[in-house]
Amino acid sequence: MNRLSLKTFTLLQTVTSVGLSALARMVTGVRPIWNGSLPSDRQRIYFANHTSHGDFILLSACLSESERAITHAVAAGEYWGKSRLRRFIAQDMLSSVLINRQWTRPEENPIEIMLSVLDQGHSLILFPEGTRNMTEEPLLAFRSGLYNLSTARPQVELIPCWIENMSRVLPKGQFLPVPLLCRVVFGAPVAIGPGEERRAFLERAHAALLALNPRPERDD
Amino acid sequence: MRHEISILIIGLLAVLTTASVVATILSARAPKPLSSTLVNLTQRINAWWVMVALMTVAFFFGRYGMTILFALISFAALREFVTLTHTRRSDHWVLLGMFGIIIPFQYWLVWTAWYGLFVIFIPVYCFLLMPAITALHGDTERFLERIAAQQWAVMISVYCVSHVPALLTLEVPGFEGRTLLLIAFLIIVVQGSDVLQYIFGKLFGKHRFSPNVSPSKTWEGLIGGLVSASLLGALLSFVTPFSPLQAAAVAFVACSMGFLGGLVASAIKRDQGVKDWGHLIEGHGGMMDRTDSLVFAAPVFFHIVRYFWTV
Repeated sequence: MNRLSLKTFTLLQTVTSVGLSALARMVTGVRPIWNGSLPSDRQRIYFANHTSHGDFILLSACLSESERAITHAVAAGEYWGKSRLRRFIAQDMLSSVLINRQWTRPEENPIEIMLSVLDQGHSLILFPEGTRNMTEEPLLAFRSGLYNLSTARPQVELIPCWIENMSRVLPKGQFLPVPLLCRVVFGAPVAIGPGEERRAFLERAHAALLALNPRPERDD
Repeated sequence: MRHEISILIIGLLAVLTTASVVATILSARAPKPLSSTLVNLTQRINAWWVMVALMTVAFFFGRYGMTILFALISFAALREFVTLTHTRRSDHWVLLGMFGIIIPFQYWLVWTAWYGLFVIFIPVYCFLLMPAITALHGDTERFLERIAAQQWAVMISVYCVSHVPALLTLEVPGFEGRTLLLIAFLIIVVQGSDVLQYIFGKLFGKHRFSPNVSPSKTWEGLIGGLVSASLLGALLSFVTPFSPLQAAAVAFVACSMGFLGGLVASAIKRDQGVKDWGHLIEGHGGMMDRTDSLVFAAPVFFHIVRYFWTV
């Protein structure tokens, strides 16, 4: 899997990551709330609710520079791989990992691609809902990726992260962000139990993430 | 004016130094671990050092410094206010307009001293056009609540706050070129009143003023704070166009408005189920937590000076 051999950040990626984090802090004053876990260089999968393109920028703005350099957001290949510009932004600037949800060839298998990143000691940001949530529901059902990754690499910590307000800052289809205060709540790691069924595990992870929402009644 | 500014800065440094020394002694004597009140006191005093330093720097840049500083304060306050209110996806353009058009335009009006439009731009034009835009989007869900919150947000955090730098546009006979001192007077008296109410409340507070709205406000704190802040105003009359008695009266009105501002802000926070507006200022909360009194005092102070002291 040579095209995914991950080195340390290129200059462009470092500049982009520092710049975007500073911008995110300026616009949203984003603060991490460590509620059950702590910042760590341990290998992790951060899984979060997804409502906006800005989500992973906000999440990575809450990580330290050294954590950010080894943490990659998983993004949809159908969207971000569509044109050369999008691919350049996603891969060369943001160092995202692109996966195709409608994959056909074996080398496109999303799980294999994500595992190859984990096997190089890097961390992932994953949105297990699979798409941006545009419904009135606070959190859509999870797809199986989280379960598959966790059974294959049980030593990797799964950290639920609730991203607050980002759907209001940058709603789907909008380009300019409205400056509103945002928080990212990092919860306690969710570990898969011995012999735990896929469905049960995904529901437990889903509940753990939903429980982090600091203001559930206001999620509108 | 340089003379007056030097005295104000030396006075502020003396007060802050005393506060820091007292807090250090209290902390050294108190049993460990320190009570949350003492930790918070130290945080508040440290934040005051930073705020006074920033204000002083802005002061030395005169009109530029003040206009930019208060535009930024409006930005931070508006961000806190809008975050707390109910917004929907269809409000996006109105919200963008608040930050991208209303703040810059209002402060441009301050800068160019266009008084006629400055006083009506937000209460008339924004008041009518913002709900029109919202209606054009066709989303009527909780419509009145949304447009009311939007209007309140810009009135409080932009319109009221902009009256502070607008003091620079007033032409008081015999006081030309010294209007910066009016800003210093207003801020010192109103913020001083907040601090004095806090001190009197902590030392003597027994009878709650309004337990349903704000458990920390007491009659003892209110009366002690208002009386001492009025005395402070009289003491500072040498930087103003007012006589000592007039200065005390103006300070009294401004600080009473400031108290009401704090009360209204508390009621909004309670209604929205939060304790603080934000976390911008360590120990104090958000920008609105620190400026709620100034917000209510500034327009009234502005119009008192404009009505009685300008030609």
